[in-house]
Amino acid sequence: MAKRPLADARKADTQELLALYRDMLLIRRFEEKAGQLYGMGLIGGFCHLYVGQEAVVVGLEANAREGDKRITSYRDHGHMLACGMSARGVMAELTGREGGYSKGKGGSMHMFSREKDFYGGHGIVAAQVPLGAGLALADKYRGTDHVTFTYFGEGAANQGQVYETYNMASLWQLPVVFVIENNQYAMGTSITRATVAPDMVARAAAFGIKGEVVDGMDVLAVRDAGARALAHCREGNGPYLLEVKTYRYRGHSMSDPAKYRTRDEVQKIRQERDPIEALRAVLIEGDHATEQDLKAIDAEIKDIVNDSAEFARESPEPPLEELWTDITTDAEITQDRKE
Amino acid sequence: MASTTTDNALQSMTVREALRAAMAEEMRRDETVFLMGEEVGEYQGAYKVSQGLLDEFGARRVIDTPITEHGFAGIGVGAAFGGLRPIVEFMTFNFAMQAIDQIINSAAKTLYMSGGQMGAPMVFRGPNGAAARVAAQHSQDYAAWYAQIPGLKVVMPYAADDAKGLLKSAIRDPNPVIFLENEILYGRSFDVPTDEDFTVPIGKARIWRKGDDVTIVSFGIGMTYALEAAEALEAEGISAEVIDLRSLRPIDYDTVLDSVRKTGRCVTVEEGWPVGAIGNHLGAVIMQHAFDYLDAPVINCTGKDVPMPYAANLEKHALITTPEVIEAVKSVTYR
Repeated sequence: MAKRPLADARKADTQELLALYRDMLLIRRFEEKAGQLYGMGLIGGFCHLYVGQEAVVVGLEANAREGDKRITSYRDHGHMLACGMSARGVMAELTGREGGYSKGKGGSMHMFSREKDFYGGHGIVAAQVPLGAGLALADKYRGTDHVTFTYFGEGAANQGQVYETYNMASLWQLPVVFVIENNQYAMGTSITRATVAPDMVARAAAFGIKGEVVDGMDVLAVRDAGARALAHCREGNGPYLLEVKTYRYRGHSMSDPAKYRTRDEVQKIRQERDPIEALRAVLIEGDHATEQDLKAIDAEIKDIVNDSAEFARESPEPPLEELWTDITTDAEITQDRKE
Repeated sequence: MASTTTDNALQSMTVREALRAAMAEEMRRDETVFLMGEEVGEYQGAYKVSQGLLDEFGARRVIDTPITEHGFAGIGVGAAFGGLRPIVEFMTFNFAMQAIDQIINSAAKTLYMSGGQMGAPMVFRGPNGAAARVAAQHSQDYAAWYAQIPGLKVVMPYAADDAKGLLKSAIRDPNPVIFLENEILYGRSFDVPTDEDFTVPIGKARIWRKGDDVTIVSFGIGMTYALEAAEALEAEGISAEVIDLRSLRPIDYDTVLDSVRKTGRCVTVEEGWPVGAIGNHLGAVIMQHAFDYLDAPVINCTGKDVPMPYAANLEKHALITTPEVIEAVKSVTYR
């Protein structure tokens, strides 16, 4: 089957297309490397890879401005790279080292960057949804036109606090874009086994929230939907919802037995709908880039990823004093009596 | 009814008025402080603590929420991540169980998980513990629950001056603070300093009575029984030192240990359940750090190990009582 044409590639400029390609490829290669390091025992615990879903964050970040915020779940590596956080800092957090974004104290699921307005990295499914609305409340309170992207999965969308948040975000007209990354599986439970109401746009509409379904394998479609959502929020029209249909190629986490779907299903989507391959085809076929140009990008990405992995292996473990820091901001306050 | 003395500039206020004054003063002082919760605005507060705040500060800063504790607690935490200083009022802390994930997993842990990059400078406040005749689901004391969580600060004032001074400190504190009030105490009056800069530091206990024979440690409404018991014991020739912890995280261990080293005996008094109580923890700390000074085992006076019953006679027996405190003191002083 032929590659799906991207929404309106002819209108895109070459530099923008190349940037989108580069950003998606960085996430893909970074995650593949993280998977390798996990296999080598350098990354512990839970590690949820974003492979297959790259077009979602890259498309949405394309129109973000300084001061806009983002918050997501534990499948967060892609979001961090897409908003400009350093590959070194993310990878070193995965290996639990001092050079990581949280000095090794957060790990894969709990990373933050005040500088890049990335508010986590949250391990409790759907907890980030009211938090994201709260970030938006802070922006509205201050009278800014900043917008918060609040990402969650279609699995999280069955949590009650999501609807509590829809209600208040709509009631108070908060500038928040709810982004449901619908990758069809909540861990191992397909959406058809989890709900009789799979229409995420209809659910939001019940709270007066405008929304649309987006092809999450088409980075330009995501970009354009994101622009509509941001404009809606910036103009003071309250929240907006994007149900982005995407697919994760890897397991829920690194310890996924993959018994809930067939290899053929995964292979078929990889072959027919891969967002990076689709954009690559547009770049070549539209004469935006040559094979040589793309090889140069591949090499650049490979260097960044290898450098991050090297940094993550060489960065020292956090000093033991770190156990006792950042509990409260007053360092002297601790329940422990060290006599 | 407000009386100001020229000597020490004190004013008689109820705990309710003191809490309201603390919020109003801090909202005047800091534009980022706002109040959100159920019935805090137009209704003027379910227990009238926020009475008048909507009129002064408007709906932008006094936000009526729907009945949706999990959601609005999370929104409050997010607003704190975003640089505001929310005061999240729970109509009672019984309802905060719906929101406890956001309090613990989001508010308390983010500073640590982010390597110090961001946290939740905010206050969760509302009445805690038993009121009167509202039975099991509305009568739980959460002091020991929240005191267990690293990343939180927990305060539980008894008197109005402490309520005001601690709430002001809590609002200014850069960490999430659990502020446990008590419905029965709301209407009690105490002398409160009139100075708007008056604050009480979090983490410092208050010695209410000096004494030599026994140390009674309590907090919140438990202080009512502790002080009544001390008064009655004095008539019988037993001199009790009474300490109000005021803060449950961090706990002022030094004040407790200094007192126990002097008296050699300790009774703790709290309304909550006996398993995993604050008193259990204090007993362990005292045993570890002042064992050689003890002349008797530490006794924990607590609420009974039952859900709160409705019937008036049963409810009375489920709660801690002054006679029980007196009996415990007599036991440790071998009278």
